[in-house]
Amino acid sequence: MAKRLWVAAAILAGHSAPAFAEISPVDVTFAEGAIEQSLTGQAGDAASGAKVMTTAALGNCVACHVIDAMPDVEFPGNIGPPLDGAADRWSEAQLRGIVVNAKMTFEGSFMPAFYKSAGYIRPGDTYTGKAAQEPLPPILTAQQVEDVVAYLLTLKE
Amino acid sequence: LSLGAAFADPVEDELVVTAEDGEITLVTTTKAPGHLAETFDTIWSGWHFREDDTRDLQRDDFDNPGMLFADRGLDRWNAKSEASGASCAGCHEGPESMKGLRAVLPRVDAKTGKLMILEDYINDCVTTRMGEEAWGMTSGKMKDMLGLISLQSRGEPVNVAIDGPAAEFWAKGREMYYTRYGQLEMACANCHEQNAGMMIRADHLSQGQVNGFPTYRLKDAGMVTAQQRFVGCIRDTRAETFKAGSDELKALELYVASRGNGLSVEGISVRH
Ligand code: HEC
Ligand code: HEC
Ligand code: HEC
Repeated sequence: MAKRLWVAAAILAGHSAPAFAEISPVDVTFAEGAIEQSLTGQAGDAASGAKVMTTAALGNCVACHVIDAMPDVEFPGNIGPPLDGAADRWSEAQLRGIVVNAKMTFEGSFMPAFYKSAGYIRPGDTYTGKAAQEPLPPILTAQQVEDVVAYLLTLKE
Repeated sequence: LSLGAAFADPVEDELVVTAEDGEITLVTTTKAPGHLAETFDTIWSGWHFREDDTRDLQRDDFDNPGMLFADRGLDRWNAKSEASGASCAGCHEGPESMKGLRAVLPRVDAKTGKLMILEDYINDCVTTRMGEEAWGMTSGKMKDMLGLISLQSRGEPVNVAIDGPAAEFWAKGREMYYTRYGQLEMACANCHEQNAGMMIRADHLSQGQVNGFPTYRLKDAGMVTAQQRFVGCIRDTRAETFKAGSDELKALELYVASRGNGLSVEGISVRH
């Protein structure tokens, strides 16, 4: 039921049907916080991932993380740890899990879940302040998550 | 963390305001109130988290753009209502009759048992005593009057009651403060308690105190009320927000105000 609603919402939102059956937010399975399988069945694109991470309406990761590898970002925040060397500390599957829902790795984390569609308190329609019905479109699409993971995998020291 | 302590600290500074009738020293940092003793040693006004030039604008009423709104509030205070011919001044004399009020609001009104914010008291007179339609919670008229009345308590320590009839409202506000709203799943406490002093992108997070409200916000080139600020902070968590003046946000204002018990009312502060 929840899954069907989700597909309906995706179609209504005008997302084109992907060739590989994307893993929807409700079907993601975690193993100790990590997600082994690519959400799209495809590799991500690191350059697109970097864009997602620095765009306020998308990942906005730099609101909380410094990344020395991105020297052009003005005024990054310092709430989370610097991400340089992330790929030395975490596997691809762990990084995917952190981006999809960091709370599965860090209990009670302040970091938002970027690929989750339900289970919110007073969910809103993006930043309008108006109510929205669950399931919500996740903050990032499956492809954007994969792109971010691809970029994070370049962060080696 | 790579950016280190320089970013984490509120600025050490003292706020002495030059007003028309002399200088006023404001308490902008003090010992945390008892109910917060487990959380903070010290509470800080949002003033300490702003840039030098923004802080400077609040040192002199001549430079504080918010004073223009209070001046307009004084005109409204004296103006006769078209509906009834009554005026605030006609019943209350000068605005200095409101001295001390802002420091104890929100409070449970002894007569009605309702939790009242300053906007409610103003609207009570506007409707039942002046025969006008209620002013919008965040209307220009309302903000002018909030500015004027708050200014009369400048320098008084915030001292809202949290016990007795206020206790149930306070508990509700407290619960909201720790609720992780919206698709970003963030509570007030995530930003203003756990991360106060940190940078969220270019913004230096303060403790989210309301002793400075209403505030002149440079970004909006206008006055912002505490209720409005709450609406904005909740909206920014990608949540369905609450309305300014709703029961929920009134309870939240009581709770947040109580976290600032001991700080001075700033009258009209200046923020970025
Ligand atoms: C609102 C704050 C916030 C945002 C936005 C945010 N994070 Fe985080 N992130 C954190 C915090 C805090 C931690 C530390 C984990 C913890 O204790 O909760 C963290 C941890 C991480 C880690 C593990 C840290 C390490 O290197 O060892 C990675 C990787 C990460 N975040 C990536 C991202 C990416 C990618 C984005 C954007 C798509 C993002 N974060 C957005 C707050 C945030
Ligand atoms: C016809 C008389 C009258 C007019 C006009 C009037 N008020 Fe009042 N006001 C009162 C009375 C009476 C009270 C209640 C005092 C009490 O309950 O102790 C009151 C209470 C208040 C309070 C709460 C004060 C406190 O200490 O509890 C505020 C604030 C206030 N008025 C503001 C205004 C403003 C602003 C205006 C004009 C826009 C205004 N009033 C117009 C008579 C009036
Ligand atoms: C995602 C982070 C975030 C959350 C969650 C958040 N705020 Fe804020 N808030 C800010 C930022 C950024 C500012 C502007 C800088 C500052 O003063 O901290 C701010 C400012 C404020 C101010 C103005 C302080 C001043 O002195 O000017 C108040 C009051 C406030 N917030 C209250 C709240 C309350 C109450 C909640 C919960 C309902 C809340 N905030 C939730 C980020 C947040």
